[in-house]
Amino acid sequence: MFDGIGQRVVCAWFPRLGSDRALRLHPFDGPFALTLKQNNANRLYCLNAAAEQQGLHRGMAYSDARAFCPDLQSRPADLAGDEAFLQVLHRWALRYCPWVGFDGPDGLALSVTGSAHLVGGEIALLDDMQQSLADAGFSVRLGLADTRGAAWALAHYRAYAGPDKPSGFAAPGQSLQALGDLPIAALRLEEKTIVALQRLGLRTIGSLASKPRGPLARRFGPDLHLRLDQALGDMPEPVNPKAEPPHYGVRLTLPEPIGLAQDVMAGTLRLLERLCEKLKAQEAGARRLCLTLRRVDQANQQVELKLARPMRDPQRILALFERGVGAVEAGYGIDQLRLEAVAVEDLPTEQASYFVGGRKKEQLDDLISRLGTRIGLENIQRFVPSDTHIPERSFHRVPAAHPLSTLPTWPAVPSSGADGHPRPLRLFTAEPIEASGNRPPARFRWRRMALTTARAIGPERIAPEWWHEDNNWRTGLRDYWRVETQQGRRLWLYYTPQNPGWFVQGEFA
Amino acid sequence: MSDDLPAAFPIKRGRVHEAQGPGAWSFAAISAGLMDGVTLWCQESWHSEQLNPQGLLGFVDPASVLLAKARDQAELLAIAEESLRDGAVSLVVMELSRPLNLTAGRRLQLAAKTGRSTGLCLIADAAGSAAAETRWRCDPAFDAKDWTRQRWSLTKNKSGILGAWDVRWNWAARRLCVVSSVRE
Repeated sequence: MFDGIGQRVVCAWFPRLGSDRALRLHPFDGPFALTLKQNNANRLYCLNAAAEQQGLHRGMAYSDARAFCPDLQSRPADLAGDEAFLQVLHRWALRYCPWVGFDGPDGLALSVTGSAHLVGGEIALLDDMQQSLADAGFSVRLGLADTRGAAWALAHYRAYAGPDKPSGFAAPGQSLQALGDLPIAALRLEEKTIVALQRLGLRTIGSLASKPRGPLARRFGPDLHLRLDQALGDMPEPVNPKAEPPHYGVRLTLPEPIGLAQDVMAGTLRLLERLCEKLKAQEAGARRLCLTLRRVDQANQQVELKLARPMRDPQRILALFERGVGAVEAGYGIDQLRLEAVAVEDLPTEQASYFVGGRKKEQLDDLISRLGTRIGLENIQRFVPSDTHIPERSFHRVPAAHPLSTLPTWPAVPSSGADGHPRPLRLFTAEPIEASGNRPPARFRWRRMALTTARAIGPERIAPEWWHEDNNWRTGLRDYWRVETQQGRRLWLYYTPQNPGWFVQGEFA
Repeated sequence: MSDDLPAAFPIKRGRVHEAQGPGAWSFAAISAGLMDGVTLWCQESWHSEQLNPQGLLGFVDPASVLLAKARDQAELLAIAEESLRDGAVSLVVMELSRPLNLTAGRRLQLAAKTGRSTGLCLIADAAGSAAAETRWRCDPAFDAKDWTRQRWSLTKNKSGILGAWDVRWNWAARRLCVVSSVRE
């Protein structure tokens, strides 16, 4: 067998991750539970110690729990939030070793091989983890052993309880001794297998390990001994570290609260400088930024900034924050600033160029971002042509900040010359006029004006597109006429031969 | 009536002008086409009348027109002022629903002067502001031979004469021609 430096693995299990997280935000002393709707019934999902002492348990119907314990406080569970928080814990755990993986939805596995001495040894490491997490308000169960399986078993069935107690810790090569009297459920087996083994009288890992393997493998399949071997180190089970995506968040905690806008801006500039360093290292640019200002009274104020194009220039981004920061209510003061680039896009480094067109484009993008902070970036639009004869769908408007691979190209030669089929400059929703017949009326009233037709050019027949549901085109075919009136107005009228009626849809100004 | 293109046209850069009447939109489109650079067309979002890029084609490349939708006129003026001051766009067209007061008109003028870009307010009849550099009234006129004919009257001019011109748009050359009065 391999006998170099053995692996050492810490398994951290957060049995009450959800409720601890909720209670951290809104502290409460009595029994507390998170509920989750499963199969149309509200069930307890995660409870605190006080609730468990009252006899409540996970998976219990919420209405039963209320009957047992009338003063139970509850809140709906936020699974996505818990998952995101486990990521945060994952990042925190990287302080102990560089090799951290997830272990189920509520645990972490740390491969501390060769890095425990950095915090003063394995016992000190467990102590430190336990203490820091307890300070942060989390109950954690820790196990340290040669293998991931053994560490898991210790964390779940004999967690670390302090330096002077012989629990939660298996010395190198002592896995079997440490696990020997743990129940076989600690081997991460299926429920069915556990029950069957207990019926055979094999209740502990020690008794299972001492039995001949052949008959058991024939009955329970290879899985049983795989788990046992993994726990005892005869089969490998590596910790898979999560690939760490670049994190674009920085924060600044202040010793004294601040309240002046210019102080906040100064703090934001410091954060931006750090953030832009990170962005530059990854050749990325921020597209959306979120500045969170934490007030002394724990109320958070957020300033969101959307940029017309990816940017990483602190001074230019700072100027765009000015408006949002001005609107923040500082209350009793702000003591923490946190800046995160929520959306990031690639922004390769470019050679500085003094090409005028490029500078102009940059200036325009800055202007669009600035206007976007005022009216919303999606309200600044540009026209993109689309290939259809339906006049109101012959173009669409996309946000000007939308990253287009190529700028829209409109036909260079105006199709709307004096000949051809010109289109009106103004389009409005069709306004009915009183008229009959399939030729434009000689006289009609439109918007309370009496108009006389002087010349009518047409018809130009446009058929609805049957592959689009469009209520405006329910009336069928349209014959478009360009009507010039004696009064000067030039209107775009259409007649619907299938449901006779006349409408004005646009004006050539 | 004079035969030459008015001296006040194309509208003076770095100032804010006004246009009114049914032909004001095409006045704006023609002005946009005569400038190189981007045009920002500001509109209040409740307007149901929309600018049709297919109709713009004959006057200006629709790709160089940006549309800004503001909630109300105060917001519209704020973004117009900001864009005028910035100077990244060469023309800012504002569709106004209420008359400007002197302060607002003056602020726009100062912003346009700083940014060297031009502003054009499309206003309702009799809603002119005293701060405007020029005010144009544009009425399409019927002409049996020419369907682009308009009558443009200059009703306010801070630095020149007033007057009225019959103009037509030459699609092929993309230029404005004054219809000679002798032709009638």
